[in-house]
Amino acid sequence: MTSIAPPLLGLSAVSKRYGGVHALRGVDLEGRAGSIHAVLGENGAGKSTLMKIVAGVVRPDEGQIRIDGRPVAFASPKDAAAQGIACIFQELSLVPDLSIADNISITNPPRRFGLIDRRAQRRRAEELLARVGCEDIHPLSLVKDLPLSRRQMVEIAKALGRDPRILILDEGTSALTGGDVERIYAIVRRLRDEGVLLLYISHRMNEIRDLADRCSVFRNGAHVETFDTDARSDDEIVRMMVGRDIHTVFPPKRAEARAGAPVLEVRGLTWAERLRDVSFALHPGEIVGLGGLEGQGQRELLLALFGVLRGVEGEVLVDGVPRRISGPGQAKSTPIGMALIPEDRKTEGLMLPMSVADNVTAASLSRLRRGPFIDAEAERRSVERMVERLRIKVDDVRRPVSTLSGGNQQKVVIAKWLLNEPRIVLMNDPTRGIDVGTKQEIYQLLRDLADAGAAVLLFSTDYAELIGCCDRVLMLYEGRVVRVLEGGEIDEMNLVAGAFDLSLAAPPAAAGAADGGRAHVDGARSDAARVDARGSHV
Amino acid sequence: MSDLRLRLAQNRGLIGAILMFALLYGLYSVLHPRGGSGPLLVQNANESFALVLAAMAQTLPVLTGGLDLSVGPLMTLVNCLASQVLNGGPADLALGIALCLGAGLLGGFVNGCLVVYGRVQPIVATLASGAVFTGIALLLRPTPGGEIDKDLSFGLTYDLAELAATFGLFDDGKAPWFAPFAGLPTPVLLVVAIVVLVWLPFRASVTGRGCYAVGSSEGAAYMSGIAVDRSRLAAYMLAGLFAATAGLYLALQTGSGNADAPQAAAYTLNSIAAVVIGGTSLFGGSGGVVGSIFGALVLRAISFNFRVFDPGSWLGALADPLLQPFVEGLVLLLAVSLGAARVLRVRNRLHLFG
Amino acid sequence: MRLALPTFDRPSLLAAGSILVILLAGSAYTLSMGGAATFLTPGYLLQQLQIASFLGLIAGGLMMVILLGHIDLSVPWTLTTAAVMATAVGGPAAIPLALAIGCAVGVVNGLGVAYLRVPSMIFTLGVNTVLQGLMVLHTGGYAPQSQATPLMAFLATGRVLGLPAAVLVWIAVSAVLVVILTRTPLGRAIYAVGNREAAAYLSGIGTNAVVITCFALCGICAALAGCMLAGYSAKAYQGMGNAYLLPAIAAVVIGGTHVLGGRGTYTGTVLGTILIVLLQSVLSVMQMPDAGRQIIYGLVIIAMLLAFRRAGGTEG
Repeated sequence: MTSIAPPLLGLSAVSKRYGGVHALRGVDLEGRAGSIHAVLGENGAGKSTLMKIVAGVVRPDEGQIRIDGRPVAFASPKDAAAQGIACIFQELSLVPDLSIADNISITNPPRRFGLIDRRAQRRRAEELLARVGCEDIHPLSLVKDLPLSRRQMVEIAKALGRDPRILILDEGTSALTGGDVERIYAIVRRLRDEGVLLLYISHRMNEIRDLADRCSVFRNGAHVETFDTDARSDDEIVRMMVGRDIHTVFPPKRAEARAGAPVLEVRGLTWAERLRDVSFALHPGEIVGLGGLEGQGQRELLLALFGVLRGVEGEVLVDGVPRRISGPGQAKSTPIGMALIPEDRKTEGLMLPMSVADNVTAASLSRLRRGPFIDAEAERRSVERMVERLRIKVDDVRRPVSTLSGGNQQKVVIAKWLLNEPRIVLMNDPTRGIDVGTKQEIYQLLRDLADAGAAVLLFSTDYAELIGCCDRVLMLYEGRVVRVLEGGEIDEMNLVAGAFDLSLAAPPAAAGAADGGRAHVDGARSDAARVDARGSHV
Repeated sequence: MSDLRLRLAQNRGLIGAILMFALLYGLYSVLHPRGGSGPLLVQNANESFALVLAAMAQTLPVLTGGLDLSVGPLMTLVNCLASQVLNGGPADLALGIALCLGAGLLGGFVNGCLVVYGRVQPIVATLASGAVFTGIALLLRPTPGGEIDKDLSFGLTYDLAELAATFGLFDDGKAPWFAPFAGLPTPVLLVVAIVVLVWLPFRASVTGRGCYAVGSSEGAAYMSGIAVDRSRLAAYMLAGLFAATAGLYLALQTGSGNADAPQAAAYTLNSIAAVVIGGTSLFGGSGGVVGSIFGALVLRAISFNFRVFDPGSWLGALADPLLQPFVEGLVLLLAVSLGAARVLRVRNRLHLFG
Repeated sequence: MRLALPTFDRPSLLAAGSILVILLAGSAYTLSMGGAATFLTPGYLLQQLQIASFLGLIAGGLMMVILLGHIDLSVPWTLTTAAVMATAVGGPAAIPLALAIGCAVGVVNGLGVAYLRVPSMIFTLGVNTVLQGLMVLHTGGYAPQSQATPLMAFLATGRVLGLPAAVLVWIAVSAVLVVILTRTPLGRAIYAVGNREAAAYLSGIGTNAVVITCFALCGICAALAGCMLAGYSAKAYQGMGNAYLLPAIAAVVIGGTHVLGGRGTYTGTVLGTILIVLLQSVLSVMQMPDAGRQIIYGLVIIAMLLAFRRAGGTEG
């Protein structure tokens, strides 16, 4: 054997910036043919950007990509596909109204006389489905009629159909059921033996242990280390992922324990396989974080509380009174007093072409009316007050909110809800894509709100934020609360471990602090969840 | 699941339309004194052809998630154009037909460009282009009239025997083997021919499949490397072609051109109704031209029935001819409201806002 | 520094400019033909305003629906139904009945669009056909015999202090709509829903109620226009509304209201209405055949839409 042959995939000094933020800086990486290469890192470590660059979806600002040692440049996913790179992304790229066979051969169908040869196409689909062990999927059934897990298998079959040399799986098994996961394992191993390089992003550590030959850990957009999987323990891997530099200064947390009855209590909330039996309580004056990797049900939990989801099971009590919240209109009104800062401010939070003033008052028009009309004077004063309180930088509140910077736009969303004086504030990643200065203002604001007696439920993909702001953190994993961190437990080690649903060798203060509030979270169950974290996922 | 059952399940809308048509036309044939006879079939086929083609035209933009309000006006435009050019020798006639179809393609191309490159909403774009088409139709034919080659007209709007006799085929249609087909109405053959020669190949092309993909999920279509713009443009152009065929036939059938704006509007509206009844989703992505054909036939069969109900019977009371628009409207409303089942299945209300 | 936001947005200015151009071109034409500049006389302009008021009422109501990003194709037969029923009943109840019918039709439209989520284009089309059917049934297919009430006639053709009553009605209704759009929570909600229904919903706005209300307003405006049109021609007749749908949509769109909703000023709609009416009038004075009128009509709409797109391109 010679080791002179260049690696199948080579990256050197690859960087990518979005605005002022470095998503990747100077990344070097090598992937050998015939290996399964896991890519690990917490939210925002740069894994996805890296994969998108390899797949040709995103172009790097600097650096070089080499295939077989030859430099290549991808203008589009098509170019990458031509080099034998196929990928399976989390957001599925199947067309719902077309059949499985159509989808599998969508870009380059077998043709006869210039027309799609449906029989050949079907045979091809059958072969590929058989390869992924899904002979039970009928090639003529429509994608939209398949359950999510089967769609993912079709997506994999589609990728296989391109005979890839490099296959990227971004959370490739996240929607799969037990049997399918085993089949994917078998396929992945077979592909490796056939000489394919598999780049594998996963949040399941046991999966990585089972499959990966090599691991690369990323942190803060930089490559930390690449090693043979068996060479490092879970503890060591987690330690590599943590340690991001925190520049932000957080306002001091409240010293005294939360007092009084919970303002919001949730029991056994379950919804459409995205939320499973979630229970917790929220007290006035506290900020509770929702942790975990993205897409573990945090968004759904907030929407369910706000009355947006249909068919939610379980109980929600506000001030001890069971409530069925039918929608945002009811959620924001007097006996409940809830507010939601939604995930995407551009599509869910703001009416972009409308003015700052119109956006600020959008949720509290009923407070500003005199008779049937809007009290223009009261409106002007309210808007002024909010602009001042949140220090929204705008010269004229009649400007369209679309002309503001991201941070100021987010402040407008928050102002909209503060004007309605909420008692329960739900926040979905409120500082995403926002400059550091504005972030600090938002942290101070959260603390002020809590000190004024509001209860805050904060989902954040930024662990620093959870550590700096939250009095407690609920770790979500596949729709379940798997762990609750309190006080000193809220550190990066525990957050990362919880996000991967791992128990560490020496959990700091795992059995500590069981106080009154803890009773609302089923402590025994979260322990149980930790125990079976190593078992198979169903 | 077997292939057959799968196909049945996927074509529920189409099958529903076929059954509805069979039921309604069956009823009509039973009630009509000359039900099932050749001349009646020919008459019914003639009355249905233009709407069938208009519905086919409407299907394509709808499949891509759009709409074409200029189907009726474009039909009218070609109808008027035909009344100017469809006479003279065989070469003139061939050129005339080509001119008419070309005008349809051009009209569709203009619509497609407005939608794809002008980024104007399909509704407004085709509303405006429809006004222009109506205007041009009026220019071509300020008052109803015109002259159309009689032979061509007879040949194409009667039965196959007449077609053969007109063009001197198969011993003027008297060949013994030809006898079983002789009574078949020509318009039926034309529709079948268009489906087989134009629609089925188009659907089996990459561009055609792109139309479905774009209407189903533009994002996924783009991610999968489909030429989104080209598919959309093709949909509007094919719609123009079908609308032109409808206008051409109308000219052959009536022997004249008529820039009748209200009639154009009625064709547009009925074409939308036919598409919906034929099982094509107004949100795009699923359905097809064959369903729309039967959708149009259902609408026509409803109106045929109003002619033959015995005013004395209990049906007569229900089926006062004056009730016809009312019943048609109700059928349309019911057909579209069935789609509401989809709304009830949505579990995240944010998904309702699309 | 306070930003000096213009009271007239760009589409309104464009429409106003086009109105001037049409008037001047028309005058140049009549002058060149040896006549007087009739297009600039107060008498002519008032007469045009009177004619514009029918279209203006319909366009105003339709604008409420278009601001939401929807459309109401049932306007023609809502208008006709209201007029036919009003003239059939007669007496003082005529106009209230018409308005109630308009409102009821609007509510049905709104329910279908808001709750069943049927595309408004199709649902209102179905309602339009059903209404047509009901009217055919009601009149037995013949032209209705009943006459417009004196009040209807007065509203359409009467004069108050030398001003056409129709114009005053238009002004009154416009005032109400402007107040709704600019001074009430409903107005804010309309723009919010039209801009981003999801964001409006998550702000706790009752989006379904807003949709239903707008369709009801549209129905009421169409019904009122129906009464006045019946008054203008002294009777109601089948298909009297057919000629008004497309010009009304054109007036709203030319006035700068975005077809996908959320953007548009009432001033724009008024100017769009006047523009359409003047265009029709000048073209008919110039003895432009119907064909030319239709073509110019369509081209003006397309040109204006493409012009907005260019102008609004930077806003995102």
